[in-house]
Amino acid sequence: MSSVRVLVGTRKGAFVLTSDGKRKNWNVSGPHFAGWEVYHLKGSPADPNRLYASQSSGWFGQVIQRSSDGGATWETVGNKFVYDGTPGTHMWYDGTPHPWEFKRVWHIEPSATDPDTIYAGVEDAAFFRSTDAGQNWQELKGLRTHDSGSRWQPGAGGLCLHTILVDPTNPQRIFVAISAAGAFRTDDGGQTWRPINKGLRSEGIPDQTAEVGHCVHRLAMHKSRPNVLFMQKHWDVMRSDDGGDSWREVSGNLPTDFGFPIDVHAHEPETIYVVPIKSDSEHFPPDGKLRVYRSRTGGNEWEALTNGLPQRDCYVNVLRDSMAVDSLDSCGIYFGTTGGQVYGSADAGDTWAPLVRDLPPVLSVEVQTLK
Amino acid sequence: MIRVVLPQHLRTLANVGNEVTLEVDGQPTLGAVLDAIEARYPVLRGTIRDHVTLKRRPFVRFFACQEDLSHDPPETRLPDTVATGAEPFLVVGAMAGG
Repeated sequence: MSSVRVLVGTRKGAFVLTSDGKRKNWNVSGPHFAGWEVYHLKGSPADPNRLYASQSSGWFGQVIQRSSDGGATWETVGNKFVYDGTPGTHMWYDGTPHPWEFKRVWHIEPSATDPDTIYAGVEDAAFFRSTDAGQNWQELKGLRTHDSGSRWQPGAGGLCLHTILVDPTNPQRIFVAISAAGAFRTDDGGQTWRPINKGLRSEGIPDQTAEVGHCVHRLAMHKSRPNVLFMQKHWDVMRSDDGGDSWREVSGNLPTDFGFPIDVHAHEPETIYVVPIKSDSEHFPPDGKLRVYRSRTGGNEWEALTNGLPQRDCYVNVLRDSMAVDSLDSCGIYFGTTGGQVYGSADAGDTWAPLVRDLPPVLSVEVQTLK
Repeated sequence: MIRVVLPQHLRTLANVGNEVTLEVDGQPTLGAVLDAIEARYPVLRGTIRDHVTLKRRPFVRFFACQEDLSHDPPETRLPDTVATGAEPFLVVGAMAGG
């Protein structure tokens, strides 16, 4: 029988939630790496028991952990993230040049085919790769040294590379997103990159349609259609049907088009999910009602999903890496909140229930569907 | 023999108890002790000082014999009582944050 493993990164450690295919009763394991921020952990599609976790702290820096038994035990691997060559500068909040400084790993993306190959998106924004299961890391500097790199400015959360999507049909094609630089694509495995932000409009920058400078919060893709991308931008939900070459807005009837995560149903490429959040600066659900919005039309037409979610006095946030789907026949969808709840739905969002309620603030949620 | 006390999170990473002991050839210096810690426990590389510059991480402090050695250069000789093991060398995580 199939089972599901939900990997939760929080402000104070990692948790592993497991259930059988019914997804009603959950076992909670953790905290792993107690007291450390775990921005992200993710399993290898090629070997589901191989997990990688980004563990960091303002005191002691970055640590990478690896598990070979599905998260029961962990071992530390390499934590040396050094920019290739002289790093130079990007633009600081005040518009002055600021040296590139490594702070943490935001996102880990294991290869679909090789459990020893992993990509890492880091702050200050850069793209790293390991081909020896995390022991050694090399920057693919073509992204950071793009002509526009010196003009990239951090968002409020830092100059972070937070999203990595590898085209499942062509691993040489990779999409990334950086706050607040925008989305980028490589077609040569990370050697060279180009901005893919045509069609984005951001009111917070002098040239609203600039090549770079957009605060992209998250990208999502269905594995069957890698040319179709969905984006939750600081404001606006966007869609591209040409691999990011151009974007159009699909915010439609959302109560607010601000938010962080966006994801795609495992079996329905036109069914997408967002969590509208009130902004600027409030960053909690409108009217104190926690609502996931689902579009079955690839955007524009949205329905609120509320059954089982708090519909009063709820003022949590849902961060960009905190939503994921499983691939069971009835698609499960999961998200974590800054209030420490992890909610799940075993029926594609129609009904929800908390898997666990009182964790530290949730930074990331990933799901593994195990056979 | 040098006695070194690590902060709790680094003890967990290195899988050691409250105190570790290290051998350092000759008169031990601040830098030599840090080198010895990292050589014995490679998992601590990058957690106390930067991998490349070897600069102390901002929220880490070095204490010995009621003195703050955090701002001293790596060639600073440690007190004799630390060199003989009478007093420990303390690596401290600053008390800050939540």
